Formats: sequence, C-alpha cells, structure tokens
Amino acid sequence: MSMRRRDIGESFLEWLLKLLSESEEIEFEDFSLEASELQLDVTGVTPIIRPIMEAVKPEARVVELVEELPKPEVAFTNRISEVRIGATKSEGGSRSRVIVIGGEVTMPFYSFSAVNPNPPVVSGDVFDWKLPLPKPLRDAFGDAMDDPAEWAKLYVDKFAADMVTIELTSTDPSIKDTPIREAVKTVENILQAVDSPIMVGGSGDPVKDVELLVEIAATFEGERLLLSSIPSPEDRFKPIAEAAKRYGHNVVAWASLDLNLQRDLDRAILQILPPERIVIDPTSAPLGYGIEYAFSVMERIRIAGLMGDSELALPILSGTSNAWGAREAWLKIPELGPREVRGPLWETVTALTLLLAGCDLFIMMHPLAIKTVKQVISWLYGRWDKPVGGIPDWLGGI
Amino acid sequence: MAKKISPMDIYKLLPRLNCGKCGISTCLGFAAKLVERTAKLEECRPLFEEEKYRDSLAQLREILRPPVIEVRFGPPGREAVVGGKLVLHRHELRYMNPTILAIDVWDDIGEAELESRVRFIENFKYTYIGRELKLNALALRCRSGDPSRFQDLASKISKLTDLPIVLCSLDPEVLEAALLRIRDRRPLIYAATEGNWRDIAELAKMYRCPVVASAPGDLSKLRGLVKALNSEGLDDIVLDPGTFIGDGLAYTVNSFTILRWLACRQGDRLSGYPILAIPAVVWVDEEFKDKPEEAKWMEAVLTAMMITRYADIVIIHGVDVWQLLPNLILRENLYTDPVKPVSVEPGLREFGSPNDKSPLLVTTNFALTYFTVASDIESARLNCYLLVVDTEGLSVESSVAGRKLTAEKIASAMKEYRVSEKVSHRKIIIPGLAARLKGELEDLTGWEVLVGPRDSSDIPAFLAKYWKI
Repeated sequence: MSMRRRDIGESFLEWLLKLLSESEEIEFEDFSLEASELQLDVTGVTPIIRPIMEAVKPEARVVELVEELPKPEVAFTNRISEVRIGATKSEGGSRSRVIVIGGEVTMPFYSFSAVNPNPPVVSGDVFDWKLPLPKPLRDAFGDAMDDPAEWAKLYVDKFAADMVTIELTSTDPSIKDTPIREAVKTVENILQAVDSPIMVGGSGDPVKDVELLVEIAATFEGERLLLSSIPSPEDRFKPIAEAAKRYGHNVVAWASLDLNLQRDLDRAILQILPPERIVIDPTSAPLGYGIEYAFSVMERIRIAGLMGDSELALPILSGTSNAWGAREAWLKIPELGPREVRGPLWETVTALTLLLAGCDLFIMMHPLAIKTVKQVISWLYGRWDKPVGGIPDWLGGI
Repeated sequence: MAKKISPMDIYKLLPRLNCGKCGISTCLGFAAKLVERTAKLEECRPLFEEEKYRDSLAQLREILRPPVIEVRFGPPGREAVVGGKLVLHRHELRYMNPTILAIDVWDDIGEAELESRVRFIENFKYTYIGRELKLNALALRCRSGDPSRFQDLASKISKLTDLPIVLCSLDPEVLEAALLRIRDRRPLIYAATEGNWRDIAELAKMYRCPVVASAPGDLSKLRGLVKALNSEGLDDIVLDPGTFIGDGLAYTVNSFTILRWLACRQGDRLSGYPILAIPAVVWVDEEFKDKPEEAKWMEAVLTAMMITRYADIVIIHGVDVWQLLPNLILRENLYTDPVKPVSVEPGLREFGSPNDKSPLLVTTNFALTYFTVASDIESARLNCYLLVVDTEGLSVESSVAGRKLTAEKIASAMKEYRVSEKVSHRKIIIPGLAARLKGELEDLTGWEVLVGPRDSSDIPAFLAKYWKI
C-alpha cells in the first residue's frame, strides 16, 4: 500500500491510525515528519506520548485559539504644546539644528492609541566649575571638566547627547560668586564650541539668578535658549519670563513635586509667555529618594494636560543628574558591586522610569546612561503591533 | 471605566448578623471595608461556614473580583501573591502586591553552583528605610528536555528551600515529572501554549496549580488561550504576552499596556490576569548573547521598565547585586501607598547615651532621610541628639527648595522639643544641603550653627574634626 503526502495535522493522524488498524503493511513515500513530535508504536498501533493521545480523541479537535482583542478606548482630547529649542541662522540664531519636544496626543508609549510625534531627548549636563563629582563621572569626563566648552563638546561629539545644559552654579555667592559677565562668557564659549541647542541654568540663588538669566537672555537674543529655572514667587519668575519674551527664549517653570503649585506657577507664567515657550520641571526625585513622587506627579500632570488642563499641557523636563546624589549610586561599598556600573544604572533607571511617566527632556551625565536611554527611546518608537524578530528561546537557550 | 462598587450592594449579600467575628461591629462597616479593599471576604466566617450563604458568597466574589485577579503560588505560609491590581495608575489608589522577582535555576547546573545560587537567592536582603528588600521566587528551567533530570532538580530544590517555584517547560511530561515531586509546593506552571494547552490544563487541574498562558507576540491568541483555559474551569492564570528586547520592546510595552488598560478601564475579563515579564530573554538576544556584562546591564534596564509598566512577576537570570539593587528599590518605591507620605514622627531622638555635651544634629522627617542619617549614626556608635524637623515628608534638598525646611521651622522645633534642656552648649549642626539657612538660624536663635556634611556618611568624620566643647 502506498500513500501521498498530506498535511500533518490531526485529521491526518486520525486517518493514519485508521489505516494502521486496517492494514498489515504500510509504505511511506515523499513523507516527512519531525520525530520529536510523534512516536509511533506501529506493532501495537498505540500512540505513546500524550499530545498525540489527546490529538486523536475525536472530541479534542484543534480549535483556532483566537479571540478578537477589544479596541482600547483611549480618548484624550487635548494636545501637549510643542516647544522648539535652539534657532538656526535663518531663524535668527546660530544653531545647526532645532530640537522640538512635546506635542503629545496620548500617554507615553500608548502607540496603539496614537503615536506621539517627538521622541524625548537627552541634554548633557555641564557645570561652569570643577565641582566634586563621583569617580565614575570624573573618569568619563577627564580633563574636559576643566573647560565647560570642552565638556559640552564631549557630550555632543562623543556621547551623542541631543543638546547641552550649562549650569552656571559657580555664580552662587556661597560657591564662587562668579561675576555675571564671566558666566555670560562661558555661555558664549559653549555656543561657539557646539552647534546643538543650549539650555542655561542659574545657581538657584533667588537674587542673583534674576540678574544672571536676564543678562543671558539679552546677550543671546534670538538663540531660543531654554532658561532654567524660574520658580515662584513672582519677583523671581516675572523678570526672567519677560526677558525670555523680549529676546526670544524659552523658560523652565520649576515647582517642587506638587501638581497644584506647578499649575499656579504655569498659570502666572502663561500671562507672559505662550505655551510654546514653557517647559515644566516638576522636580525629579531620584530612584530610592522619592522617585515615586516624581513619577506620579509627572503622570498626573500629563494625564491632566491630555484631558484638557491647558496649564499643565506643557512638555516636562527631568534633572536626571540628581540620581548621582543617591548614595547607592556612588558610595564605595564593595558588596553592592562596582560603582562604575552602579552609578550609571541608577541614572538610567531614574530616567527610564520617568520616561514612562511622560517626561520629554532628560538632563543627564554618564555616557553609558545617555547611550542606553537614547537606545531605549529609539526601540520604543519602533513597530509596536508585532514583535520584530523571532520568539526568544530563553527556556533552553540561556 | 471599571465598575464602581457600592457598599450597599455588598451589604445586601452579607449575612447581616452583625456578629462581629470579622472584627468590625456591623456588616455595613465590613462592607465598606471590603469596597476599600482593606478587609478580605474570608474574614466573614458565617459566609464560609454556612451552606445557606453559598450563592451569596459566589455573587460577592464576582462583584468584588478585582480588575486584575490575585494569583497565589508557593507553599502555604510562604506564598507569592501576584496581581490583584485595582488601578491602572498608582495615584488612583495604590498598587497592590509588589512585583514578584523570580530568579532562574536550570536542570543541568552543577551541584555546587545550584546550592550556592539557591542560598544566595534565599538569603539576599538589602535594608532600606527600615525594611528588608528580598528576592521572592525561583524559576526552574528545563534545559535538558529530560523529565527525570528536571524531576531531580525539583527534588533537590525542595530540600534546599521553600521559596515559591515557577516550573518552566513546554513539555507536559517534563512538567508532570517535577509536579509529582513538589505538588505540595503549589508551583506556578509555565506554560500553556497554543500547542500544549490541553495537557497543561489537565496538569493544572490534577495538581491544583496556577498556570501561565503564553502566546508571545499575539494578543488575540493569548486571549483565545485564556478562554480555552477558562472553559476547562481554570481561573488561576498568569499572562505571558511575550517579552522582547531591541526592536521588539515597543511591542512588549504596548501589549502590557493594552492588557492593563482593558482590565482596569474596560473591565475586560480576559485581560484581567496578572502579567509575567521575562527580562531573561536578553541573554539569548543576538546582540547580547556572548557578552555577559552587557546582558546583565540590559536585563536590569528591561526589568526596571517592566516593573514600572505593569509586570506583576518577572523572571531574571543575572544575580549581580548591582543589577538587583535598583530594581528592588524601584519596586519598593512604586508600590508604596501614595496617600501616606513616607515620613517619620518629628521630635528629638537620642542615639547611644548622649549627655549635655553631646552634639545636636538636624534632619528632616522624610523616612528615607531619617533612616539614612540614623543608620550612619548608629553604625559609627555615636552619642548624640538628632532633631527631626517636620518637613511634610520631604528630603533635605527638596524641603529647603520648597521652603518646608526653614530657619523658622528649625527654631520652633528647637523650642517645641526643648533642646536647650538637653544640652548645655549652644551649638547645632545643620545638613550640608541646608547650608543657606545658617545665617538666619543664628540670628533667630543666637546659637552657633555649624554646617555639617552634604552626605550623612561623613558625619562621624565631621564630628571627629569639628566637634569641640
């Protein structure tokens, strides 16, 4: 007896077993099957292994295991404003490119509902003095820390940061009390050294910051800098916001982990500047030191913004460098593993947690953390409806 | 939105005896607690003991079924509780049942390595704000394909530890071999697939174990599989929509989100099960396969993202402390109750046996700040006073910036807790991160204000150098 090839399947098995039970002898032609799937005891005509046993039970036909997925009803009505940082020559600045953040129409990586237009970006954190930093960072920066312009170049050229943040903290009267004209010169050097958009931060001194940031705004008219940060009360944020308006810059509205305070501040600044000029910093408490507050405040702000609260429909910034303040990140404790990876991982996890809450711009330091965050963002902007590549064999493959 | 439950709907179905056996004097009060999820149905004894309430019990279970059901595995007394989520975002209430961290073990591992690995997983702990952070479960992988070998591994493990176990193989024979040995441990079975689900369903029923439904890369198939398992009477199910790294990550993050959204927002039952993530897949990815250090790094990164985006249980391979630590802390942070600030009582604490010449230090009442400072003082065996100022649970840096820690606040805490009666000197040490309060505090109190270190680990050195009475 001979037979032709048929599709391997349960009907075939049924048919085969029927044949076997009726025949004395069988001969296979042009036929193949994977031995791992089937064992036949031809003499006894008894399938040994259970899957086969199950398969040949008449009531156990293979059913198509497909159940249609309901459509997730994600319906946000508002759009987060878009902020453009940096201006090219044709726009009145000197940058080679402009960075656009914000513009979201849905929660982060809810691509099944809509795809948000602008992938979040990373800004390299530069200081205007050689501040004490943990060793893994000092090793990564080397001599570049001696010169803010070199440091900025390192971020852009070697670490592939999208932009640079210059923190003029040495202007703080309790640090070095660097004169404002010197700080202006530092910013100028950085603008010369790199062609990416720039964010400029003050020291946090309530009096000197106003004078400093107003001076920076006037000196670099048209560069569309991002000026940071302007908190309450009015005598701090008003002159800076007005200078930003007059000279064409953006500002960072900073509140301390409080949605209502953030909204009040935004409302006041919105009297001066349009939403396309405001980025908010609700404060990034790092992993282990209150990240849950930062995460939930950001998530709530983004949800409120998407649901129509125009005072919160603004792009969000994270001072992720804060992660290096966590002692688990830098303390030399051998039983916790090498701090060369502990620190960067701390910074990375802080950034990615806030990325999933809705953060748009990360100010970061370690090259490995910057690289990983950029990599993950690009992966997350990939195809979402089907996995790319095969199913990983972790069961037997590790 | 998922259904809102009214305490009256619950009350109607309770025995209404006001017997107080649950610890609450009235059934209505108990109903309110059930709705808030601060009491469990099992606490109502009559409901379970008396036959006549059987229908009510079934109805109550249905009404109180959380959007994501709770699945338990592991031996009695040391169960891993997975899922039970009530909300999509933690700020809506809180996240229940912290993500279970399961570490893998495989069946062709060497004897010595097996023992040391299991001991490590069992004993690993990290103390953080007064709590012990630990690993929770073992995932046993069958690499050999050999049932007897896998059975052997299960036996050995059960002698070494009573950690909850996930049995991982797609071969029913292999799984059954292990189940025969450790059925009393009630392991979680990984996994029922499109190809084997009938046999796995039989095993789950026979051995009364929860089961993972696995359909990597296909949510419709996953739903079909859950429906098929439901039709076999199985409801203790965990979902594996597939964990992918690299270009597949977008799929993983989106599919986890779709499932949780459907469960919490649309009351979709087939999505209403805990979700399993397998960051261990990094180790077989082309990009990381032969680079263990990079695989560890990316596995830790992926684990963090999955903890944040809805994973109720994760299986990981790497056990370097630097990989585990951030994820243990992230889990602890995200699973705290957002309504209760993580703070300690303000007041004046004494360390060691301080006298009137001992140093007086200041810190905030943010739990983490307080415990960090306290542990540094304790481990250096210092005798001192610590003034804990009420900063509404904010850290030093945030509270100085947010004006929750001011010179006035410190001065009034000094008065309230009568520090001048405890010490004869007039010196107070403020945190380095609060340096800018020095002048104002001196003006307000007339005390000499010393600016302490920025990090409390430097307190012992600071005192040795600067504390002179």
